Amino acid sequence: MLNYNEILATQDMIQKRHLDIRTITMGISLLDCCDVDLNVCCAKIYKKITQRARDLVKTGEEIEKEFGIPIVNKRISVTPISLVAAACQTDSYVEIAKTLDAAAKTCGVNFIGGFSALVQKGCTDSDWKLIRSIPEAMKATERVCASVNVGSTRAGINMDAVAEMGRIVKKTAELTADNDGLGCAKLVVFANAVEDNPFMAGAFHGVGEPECVLNVGVSGPGVVYHALQSVKGQPFDVVAETIKKTAFQVTRMGQLVGREASKRLGVPFGIVDLSLAPTPAVGDSVARILEEIGLAVCGTHGTTAALAMLNDAVKKGGVMASNHVGGLSGAFIPVSEDEGMIAAAESGTLVLDKLEAMTCVCSVGLDMIAVPGDTSAATISAIIADEAAIGMVNSKTTAVRIIPAPGKAVGDRVEMGGLLGSAPVMPVHDKGSEAFVARGGRIPAPLQSLKN
Amino acid sequence: MKAVVTVVGRDRVGIIANVCTALAGFGVNVLDINQTVMQGYFTMMMVVEVSMCNVPVAELVTNMDALGREMGLSIRVQREDIFEAMHRI
Repeated sequence: MLNYNEILATQDMIQKRHLDIRTITMGISLLDCCDVDLNVCCAKIYKKITQRARDLVKTGEEIEKEFGIPIVNKRISVTPISLVAAACQTDSYVEIAKTLDAAAKTCGVNFIGGFSALVQKGCTDSDWKLIRSIPEAMKATERVCASVNVGSTRAGINMDAVAEMGRIVKKTAELTADNDGLGCAKLVVFANAVEDNPFMAGAFHGVGEPECVLNVGVSGPGVVYHALQSVKGQPFDVVAETIKKTAFQVTRMGQLVGREASKRLGVPFGIVDLSLAPTPAVGDSVARILEEIGLAVCGTHGTTAALAMLNDAVKKGGVMASNHVGGLSGAFIPVSEDEGMIAAAESGTLVLDKLEAMTCVCSVGLDMIAVPGDTSAATISAIIADEAAIGMVNSKTTAVRIIPAPGKAVGDRVEMGGLLGSAPVMPVHDKGSEAFVARGGRIPAPLQSLKN
Repeated sequence: MKAVVTVVGRDRVGIIANVCTALAGFGVNVLDINQTVMQGYFTMMMVVEVSMCNVPVAELVTNMDALGREMGLSIRVQREDIFEAMHRI
């Protein structure tokens, strides 16, 4: 029998500590939509998505109501379009992006992911077409998210693709300059991308996945922050244990909601992604958790260690709460989407180099970072290469989602709106990396033994 | 299927009567009630059976919420599973 305090504790987490289900994401395979004719391919894609995901939003809203827990986003991920469109006789995939956008609007989801290519070892003709369609696609659509995987632990890093992605990021920012380069907020460059990630902008439905699947991403930085306030000054053993217990509770919500949604939609339940995903709302920040652990400002010395402990404890707590864990699973540190990160960056304590160090111990990478509009494509490529190297060597997912905000300089702010938040423009090193990026080729895969 | 009804607000005459009458109207059976008044604030938790409810649970939630607004209270109906999941292994 439930007791009074347990009921109150749950309600408190939902109402005051921002506990929510961040996303239920339906993964849909589009492999059967291939066609030589672009228009036929688009028609098949639209039909399949709108049929499969017809009841996704409605079901999500019903569950939200019955359980009394917000499900903030309902989303769709699809097979990487570079595979689906490879047979099409066309030079550009922008029309397909527009089709995905239309399907997302019909289904009522706020983002659809999968305008993607996996090129860690090399690019097919179709991959190049997709990559070069990204800037125009990001301009022409509202809800489509793009991602490109440029490296992996097994394949190394495709430096030709890295060089191109620097230019693509720049061009995407220029084409969406009216909105401070918003297009770049929907474009992720990955290393070791996962096939079952429910979180945007990097979600896609991998080829190892079933026909249709439902993945869930939970949240709860506010709950962890609140729990840590009750263990002030206590040793790290206690801190880690407290985080584990909280992560367990948060993840159980995700497991429950995911199971219920998959039952109602008649779609297999995939995974729960154990990520602490912040929002720009006060009290829902990962940075504030790190500060509660004892750092005056996030980004100062000790931040990497605190984050490593947090990330590990979240996973340990979550693993037992869920049948299947997957996706990115870790603490996210998107600067613009985290009120504490924004403050830390504005104070000058949190800098790009420290963020890079932090990505060595947590998912996912340099996320939602605004840099000056005059940052060169080569510098962006070099930032991508650094991040991909961290992922490659540490056998983990890393990503770069960076916004070279047109016309903006250090000290300015980029307003993305909604969950994407706002980002202070952060400085980058002014010494060039042109010759490094211009080499091209492939960085060989690293040894997985002799580790030091 | 069970649900938990939480009622919180300033105490006055007829809260239990009104809430229970409304629930009965929806075919919802009350299994357990736990109620207290703390510093003038009325707090009640009920475990109810909603299997025989004559409207979908989501609609019950909306209707009870509306009744709460009318009475100047917060009335929340949530499936019991959410609490079980969080607090029981």
